[in-house]
Amino acid sequence: MKPSMRPRGELFTEGTASRALDERFHLAAGLRRQLSKVFPTHWSFLLGEIALYSFVVLLLTGTYLAFFFDPSLQQVTYDGTFATLRGMRMSRAFETTVDLSFDVRGGLFVRQIHHWAALLFMAAILVHMARIFLTGAFRKPREMNWVIGVTLFTLGMAEGFAGYSLPDDLLSGTGLRIMSGIAQSIPVIGTWLNWLIFGGEFPGDILNSRLYIAHVLLIPGIILALIAVHLAVVWYQKHTQFPGVSRTERNVVGVRIVPTFALHSGALFTGVVGVLGLMGGIFQINPVWNYGPYRPDQVSAGSQPDWYIGWLDGSARLMPDWPIVLFGQWRIPPVFWPTVVLPITLITTAALFPWIERWFTKDKARHNLLQRPRDVPVRSGLGAMAVTFVLVLLISGGNDVIAHVFDISLNATIWAGRIGLLILPPIAYTAVYRLCVGLQRRDRDVLEEGIETGVIRRTPEGDFIDLEQPLADHPLPYQGAKVPRRANALGLAGKPRPGSTLRPDPPEEVDQLAAARAEEAARWTRRSSST
Amino acid sequence: MTLDRRDLDGRTRDDLLRAGLEADGVHLVRYADRWPLPGTRAERRAVRGVVTWLGLAALFGIGFFVVYLAWPYRYPADGYELYTPLLGITGGGCVLLLAVAVIRYSQRFLPEEVAVQERHDDPSGEFDRTTTSALVTDTVRRAGLPRRRLVIGMAGGVVAIPVLGTLLAAVGGLIRDPWRQPPADTVWHSGWYTTGERVFLRRDVGDPHKVELVRPADLDAGAIETVYPFRESDRGDPEKLAAVFDRGDTPAILIRLRPGQKVDAKPGQDHDNVGEYYAFSKLCTHLGCPVSMFEQQTDRLVCPCHQSQFDVLQSCTPIFGPAARPLPQLPIAVDETTGSFYATGDFRQPVGPEFWELGWQ
Repeated sequence: MKPSMRPRGELFTEGTASRALDERFHLAAGLRRQLSKVFPTHWSFLLGEIALYSFVVLLLTGTYLAFFFDPSLQQVTYDGTFATLRGMRMSRAFETTVDLSFDVRGGLFVRQIHHWAALLFMAAILVHMARIFLTGAFRKPREMNWVIGVTLFTLGMAEGFAGYSLPDDLLSGTGLRIMSGIAQSIPVIGTWLNWLIFGGEFPGDILNSRLYIAHVLLIPGIILALIAVHLAVVWYQKHTQFPGVSRTERNVVGVRIVPTFALHSGALFTGVVGVLGLMGGIFQINPVWNYGPYRPDQVSAGSQPDWYIGWLDGSARLMPDWPIVLFGQWRIPPVFWPTVVLPITLITTAALFPWIERWFTKDKARHNLLQRPRDVPVRSGLGAMAVTFVLVLLISGGNDVIAHVFDISLNATIWAGRIGLLILPPIAYTAVYRLCVGLQRRDRDVLEEGIETGVIRRTPEGDFIDLEQPLADHPLPYQGAKVPRRANALGLAGKPRPGSTLRPDPPEEVDQLAAARAEEAARWTRRSSST
Repeated sequence: MTLDRRDLDGRTRDDLLRAGLEADGVHLVRYADRWPLPGTRAERRAVRGVVTWLGLAALFGIGFFVVYLAWPYRYPADGYELYTPLLGITGGGCVLLLAVAVIRYSQRFLPEEVAVQERHDDPSGEFDRTTTSALVTDTVRRAGLPRRRLVIGMAGGVVAIPVLGTLLAAVGGLIRDPWRQPPADTVWHSGWYTTGERVFLRRDVGDPHKVELVRPADLDAGAIETVYPFRESDRGDPEKLAAVFDRGDTPAILIRLRPGQKVDAKPGQDHDNVGEYYAFSKLCTHLGCPVSMFEQQTDRLVCPCHQSQFDVLQSCTPIFGPAARPLPQLPIAVDETTGSFYATGDFRQPVGPEFWELGWQ
C-alpha cells in the first residue's frame, strides 16, 4: 500500500510524532499487543481499582497538605483565627492543622478528602480481598499476588494510623499513648522498643517527625512499589474470569483494553474522585479543633480510632485481665495477646491461606476460571467466620457508645462481646455453609427441572401443580456459571419498546435499526470467518 | 467507522485490524457499531443524553470556580461554614457528573465487542528450561564456585559485615536505654520523683505559668481533681512550669471521699492518705489513658478508652475490664505552713501500662 493512500491521522507515517518515537523506542508491535489485550468484564473486577484511584487521590491531596503542615511537637500558644482555641498551649503540628482548616482557602476541603480517601482506600482493599477470597482467585498461579495484597492492607493500616496521628490532637494522641502501651507489652523487648520508637519516655518530642517521614515517604513508597508489582503481575498473568459461554481455562473473554476497558476505568477513576469530592465537602471528618490539642491527662468518652484499627481497640476491650508472671520477675501483660498476637496471627493466616487451602484440597492445578462462592461452601463459611469475628471486635470497639445510646450496662456489652466473639463465628460458618448448599440445590433444580414460571394449574384430580419451563429436553449439568432463575431471564417477558419519556420511537425506525445492527454484527462475523 | 468506510476501502482497515489482533492471539467474536443507521431518533436521544450530562458537569464546574473564588471562606465570616460543603457539591458534583457522562458515552457509542484472547500460561517448554538451566549451571561451574568453597564462603561472610553494619547503624542510633535515663524518666519513676525538696500538688488553671496549689478545703465531699507536681525551685522557670502538663507520667487524681467512707489500704500504704483525701495515678494500668470518669455513686473510676473500672474503696483495684493492676497510689500529706497538699514520695508502683520487667508488682 502506498503512503499516499493513507488518510490523515494514520500513525507511524513519515514525519509524524509516533514515527519519531518508533524510531527511538521501537514501539509499534509492543503498543499493538498491549492495546489489544483482553480484559474480562465483571463489575467485581473493578473493586481493586477503587483502591488504586483512592491511592492516587491520597498522593495528590497529601502532597498539597504537606505544603501547609509542620509535624513539629514544639509547644506554642495558639493565636489564630479560631477563637475557642486562642491562648491554648499546643504543638506546631496541631496549630498548623487548625490553620490549614480555617485559614487556607479550601484547605479543610482537601484535608477531608484526604481522610475520606484513606477510609475508602482501606474499605476498597477489604472488599476486593473478599471478592478474591470468595471466588478462589488467589489459587495457583496467583498466590504471590494474594500475599502482596495482604501486605498492602497491613501497610495501609500502618499508613492510616501514622496519618491520623500526625495532627497531635486529643483523639490521635490517645491513640499514640495506646500504641506506646502496646509496644511496651511485648515480652523481653517491650520497654526497649517503646523507648526506641518515642526516643525516650512517652510522649517525648521526636515521634511526630518520625511518623511524618514514615507517613509521607517510607510507607507510601513501599505501597506504591507493591501496587506497581501487583498490577504488573495481573497484567502479565492475565485476569481470571467467571465460567460462562466459550470461557475456558485457556482463554480470556471480554473487551480489549482500548477503547472499552480504558473508558470504563477512566469513568471509574472520575467517579471515585467525584464521590470523594462530595464526601470531603459535605461530610465532616476528624474535626480536630473540637477535640483540642493532645494532653496526657485528658481524654473524652467515645474515643474510637478509624475503623481499620477499631477492631484492635475492640479486642483490647474484650481481653480479660490475665497477666502471666514468669519466676516472679517477668510479666507478659494481658494486652499483648489481643493487640500484638491476634493481629499478627490473623494477618499471617490470611497471607498463608492459599497454601493452607491447598494442603486440605490437594488441588495443585492452575486456575483461571473463578468459582462461585456457593460452590465452595467451606471457604465461603470460613470467610463469613472471619468477617463475623472481626465485626464483633469492631462493634466491641464502640461498646461505650452502644451502652450510652441504648442505655445498656457497659459491663453487659463487654460480656456480650466476649461471648459473641466465641460463639458467633461458628454460627456464621454454619449459616453460610447451609446457605451455599441451598443455593447449589436451587441451581440444580433449575437445570434438571426448569425455571418456575409462576403459572399454577389445577389438575383434573384437583391437585395444584406449579408449571416449570425446562431449559432443555434433558437435565443439564452444572458448569459453574450463573443459572437463570426467573422466566424473564430467558426473554419470555419480551423487550420494552425504545423511546423518549413522552413518546415511543416510530416502529418502522426501531425495526430498521435493529435490522441494521444485526446486519452490522453479522457482517463482522462473516468477514472474520472468511479470513 | 461509518465515516472511515466512506473515506477509504473499509475492508483494508478491518483486515489490518484482524491481522494485528491475530498476531496477538486475540479474536474479536463480536464487533458491531451501535448506530449503523444514521440519524435515527434513538441516536439523537443518546447524543442528547451525553450532552446533557456534560452540560450539567460544566455548570457544576463553573459553580466550583465561583464558590472557590468568591464565597467567604475565612472563619468567622458570614456563611464560612458553607464554604467547604459548597466546594464539595460543586467540585465533587462536577467530576461525578463527568463520570456519568463517560459511562453513558461508553454504553451508547462504543462498538459492542466480545474479544477472546488465548492464554499462554503453561510452564516453560523443555528447550527453554534445559537451556536456561545449562546457562546457570555453566556460570556456576565455570566461575569455579564448587571448587572455591573457602573463597566463596569467606566472601559471603565478609559481605555480611557491611550488610549487618548498615542494619546496626540504622537501628543503633534509635536505641535509648530505658534504664539509663535521668531517674525521673525511667518507667520506675514519674514526675513526682523526690529530691528532698517538697513536691506540692498543683492544679491546672489554663495558664501553665500560673501556679495554684491544692488545699483540703478546695474539694467538696465526693469530688475529684487532677493534680500535677510543683516544686518551689521551678517557680521562676516558665518552661518547667509548663512541662509538667506535657509529661506522660505525672497526672494524678486527688479524691475526697464522702464522710464515713473507708478505703481498704494496701499493706504499707495505710498512711498515704490525709483523712478522706486520697491520691492515685490518673493513668490507666491497661494502656495509659487518663482514667477520667468518676462514678460517684459506686466510687468507681472508669477509663473511657477500654472501660477498665477501679474501685476507689479498694485502693483503686481493678474490678472489671482489661486492666490487671491497681492504680498506683501517691502518698500525700498537708504542708504545715502553707496548708497545701504535698506528695511525700513518688507513686508506690510504676504508673501506666504493664511491661516485661514489672514482674509481680
